[in-house]
Amino acid sequence: MASILELEKICTQVRRDIVRMVHAVNSGHPGGSLGCTEYLVALYFETMAHNPSNFKMDGLGEDLFFLSNGHISPVFYSVLSRSGYFELNELHTFRKLNSRLQGHPTTHEGLPGVRIASGSLGQGLSVAIGAALAKKLNNDNNIIYSLHGDGELQEGQIWEAAMYAAGRKVDNIISTVDFNGQQIDGSTDQVLPLGDLKAKWEAFGWDVLSMNGNNLQEVVETLKIAKTHTGKGKPVLILMKTEMGHGVDFMTGSHKWHGIAPNNEQLAQALEQNIETLGDY
Amino acid sequence: MKKYTFNEKKDTRSGFGAGLSELGKKNPNVVVLCADLTGSLKMDGFAKEHPERFFQIGIAEANMMGIAAGLTIGGKIPFTGTFANFSTGRVYDQIRQSIAYSNKNVKICASHAGLTLGEDGATHQILEDLGLMKMLPGMVVINPCDYNQTKAATIAIAEYVGPVYLRFGRPVVPNFTAADQKFEIGKALVLNEGVDVSIFATGHLVWKAIEAGEILATQGINAEIINIHTIKPLDNAAIIASAKKTGCVVTAEEHQMNGGLGDSIAQLLSRELPTPIEMVAVNDSFGESGTPEQLMIKYGLDTVNIIAAVKKVLERRSSSKQLA
Repeated sequence: MASILELEKICTQVRRDIVRMVHAVNSGHPGGSLGCTEYLVALYFETMAHNPSNFKMDGLGEDLFFLSNGHISPVFYSVLSRSGYFELNELHTFRKLNSRLQGHPTTHEGLPGVRIASGSLGQGLSVAIGAALAKKLNNDNNIIYSLHGDGELQEGQIWEAAMYAAGRKVDNIISTVDFNGQQIDGSTDQVLPLGDLKAKWEAFGWDVLSMNGNNLQEVVETLKIAKTHTGKGKPVLILMKTEMGHGVDFMTGSHKWHGIAPNNEQLAQALEQNIETLGDY
Repeated sequence: MKKYTFNEKKDTRSGFGAGLSELGKKNPNVVVLCADLTGSLKMDGFAKEHPERFFQIGIAEANMMGIAAGLTIGGKIPFTGTFANFSTGRVYDQIRQSIAYSNKNVKICASHAGLTLGEDGATHQILEDLGLMKMLPGMVVINPCDYNQTKAATIAIAEYVGPVYLRFGRPVVPNFTAADQKFEIGKALVLNEGVDVSIFATGHLVWKAIEAGEILATQGINAEIINIHTIKPLDNAAIIASAKKTGCVVTAEEHQMNGGLGDSIAQLLSRELPTPIEMVAVNDSFGESGTPEQLMIKYGLDTVNIIAAVKKVLERRSSSKQLA
């Protein structure tokens, strides 16, 4: 059990990793990564039962996580590395030639901690459901977690999967939607309004919880509660309100930082706002 | 000339269903997914015998491909089943990212491929699936020729680790291969040794190639007939050896010329052993409604078309020899 203070330190360090990684190659997606930092830190350092030092693709007897919105790979790689899946040093290779840390996560180069390629949106919920079905066949009581962007919900496959999971009572899955209201071309309201997401997921038959994804204590507690909602005949969805770019003031709340890197001055500013806690990679 | 006979005509999809039933009994990791076409794909046997390992997904093929990819992560060997059109073009990106690029052990099993789907028409008659699938790095692509071979292929692909596309069809066709055959992925099968021309055929066209060979024999043309059940990986050595011997090639398939078996063989031969080649395939066209027999005639995929292609390629070979 990590204390909230310890988890907060990890979050700050992960935020430094994110902006440094993206800055180093002048590409990548800092906005969504910063917004989902508390969620991924809570999941990997507190919630999930997993085995970072001995990664096995099958993940038997472990909780598994699937990142469907693969573009937030910076936060995923930082959290995977800092929880022990691979050497911190490897974060230097992000998006570079011959790296295991591809622009979007992939199993192709054998990076420990990644179980499916993602990036082309809308596919991760189906994959997570498949993994959840395999857990049931294997009499494995561990939980499947997945994360999705809110813009990603515009993909039809998400709703095929949503219908299936509820219809077939896939109740060993906790999916989270990063509800930051932003996507590449603007706010979700401008690009394509998502409507009442809580009502939509409930109408599909999911057990819907909500949380403030940038309040670490709330994230830890909601994930704990969500687990008690599993095994009751319904898949569980957490609508996670976040701010895109959270933790770096000039990146906060704007779609503009979805997919661009900070320049040197902006990097310095971002790092000043997130003082080194556990050592930079 | 080897004589091929058959006792009955059977559909290749039933060979798939029989293979699945056998797999269900011997391999507990085999799971089956279907998108509302259980009966058409002959998956009912497996579904009845192993309800806990059968997943009816509904009409949601994209979701089916993703769920299949996820099931492999728990060590399962998923076989997905729907029509070839919905198994490939409809879900290309799902296969590309979640299965091929992620190297997941999913067996994509596709029925009602090609024109012989018949009366439903061009919306369902995919003639591009082999091309779509063979372009994906790491994807194995198999198109067996009859019931027995489809059954053997179904059983064989469960043993192979990695993504596979298995294509078969709707109509009954002569079931002439041995019931006890062992299916070797990537191994071309010489059905008839000959010296005058190499006929490389796949799927339903294999029997038509045999028929063409019998007629050609009566005209003094000794055709070598080879069943290319695996489009990828292609049996390069067998193809080159035969082309070297005969010096001219005909390919035959129920598929577009662009992207099909002929295209793979032409690519190989143009690199390794430039050889005159004629292709029996659909020439940049959609199909239409009709009986399978009518359609195979109208679109030039019949025995007579193979014979005509042989005559043409023999002529080209002799004129190129004269030029030399």
